[in-house]
Amino acid sequence: MHLTKSITAISLGALVIATAGFAAGHSDKAAAAAVGARHAQMQLIAYHTGILGGMAKGEAEYDAEKAKVAASNLHAAATLDTSTMWIEGTENGMVEGSDAKAEVWTDAEGFASKLENLQTASAAMMDAAGTDLDALKAGMGNLGKACGACHDDYRVPKS
Amino acid sequence: MILLGCAILGAAFGWVVTGPDPLDPSYGAGLTPDPEAGALVFAAGGCVSCHAAPKSEGDKMLVLAGGLPFPSDFGTFHAPNISPDPNHGIGGWTLPQFARAVTRGVSPEGQHYYPAFPYAAYQHLAPQDVVNLFAYMQTLPAAEVPSLPHEVGFPFNVRRGLGVWKMLFLKDEYVMADVSDAQVERGRYLVEGMAHCGECHTPRNALGGLQREAWLTGAPNPSGKGRIPSITPAHLDWSQADLVEYFTSGFTPEYDSAGGEMAEVVRNLAQLPESDREAIAAYLKALPGG
Repeated sequence: MHLTKSITAISLGALVIATAGFAAGHSDKAAAAAVGARHAQMQLIAYHTGILGGMAKGEAEYDAEKAKVAASNLHAAATLDTSTMWIEGTENGMVEGSDAKAEVWTDAEGFASKLENLQTASAAMMDAAGTDLDALKAGMGNLGKACGACHDDYRVPKS
Repeated sequence: MILLGCAILGAAFGWVVTGPDPLDPSYGAGLTPDPEAGALVFAAGGCVSCHAAPKSEGDKMLVLAGGLPFPSDFGTFHAPNISPDPNHGIGGWTLPQFARAVTRGVSPEGQHYYPAFPYAAYQHLAPQDVVNLFAYMQTLPAAEVPSLPHEVGFPFNVRRGLGVWKMLFLKDEYVMADVSDAQVERGRYLVEGMAHCGECHTPRNALGGLQREAWLTGAPNPSGKGRIPSITPAHLDWSQADLVEYFTSGFTPEYDSAGGEMAEVVRNLAQLPESDREAIAAYLKALPGG
């Protein structure tokens, strides 16, 4: 009788541990995937900013059509709905590779306003990029400010 | 008796060499202040980055109430109020007093400032730039906030000791002794002087003196976290155009953005004429290792 009870208890215990382990594994995977998706979004933004930046620096010839497309893709990437990717529990220290400060969630309003600044800058860039090189250059400054302001407050410093 | 004589002589010598540089009452005489030009000196000097009240943004950053803490191996320094408030700021200062503070690191009361204030760099400032800066700073809003005291223990709280520090580490010659052209010369004035890049990007010795032989080769971050990178051509292979773009928009060649303190530096540099950002880049490309 005692033995049966003990075995039941042990089995139950093992089951609980196994379930917890599975749950942790499952949410780890989801968290890592969310961080990966955010990085992909950032990369899309950086890639298209790079096309515009190459023209601003004089490394590539100014091409109004190409600049317009790059700006429009950049804006599309900057306006993705964040709720699927910026899930709670994915800040720096919780998920490998995450540089997001906890403030992204504890100061969600501030974070949203910084994102809005980026969207304003990327929307303006859609007009500027096709206008001429000087307008594009000025747009780069505003874009950079928007990126930097958010990184400054919501991304852990790189070491 | 001889020993006592030596001790007295030694003490007298010590007292003399640790004394602050005298005030030059004729400083800036004959120069016409241009506050608009002073705004650019103010931007290049990065004054707001340290003296704005912590966490302030936008126009509020022009209220130079101070208060930002600077942790170091010697204690925690607090940026003082340098707004034009006559009681708590610099509103009651004369131009010669301001010039001695900025370029010699000496307060109007004749006390040495701690070198957290980058006068080792600002000593290179041309009198016209100091005159313009002083004029511009008078136009800023006053803040009726007392400066916070520094939290520094013995022996570093003996200000006279800073006279020794200055004697050892305050070098008035430029690190880059020879410059190839006018653009690099302007860059040297900005990098080694106004913009005081070496204050963070150059490692320090145990007494906090800059290791000039390792100029701009990177240093541990005084916050304790991470490293401030080397920006010499030996370690940074960015092109001239890459550097200028970084100073303008904050974008790295990978189109990542500047972070931390450097984001603030970029905000300041972005206000300068493009020729100044090009000059800074030209200076960095002219450093050894290129």
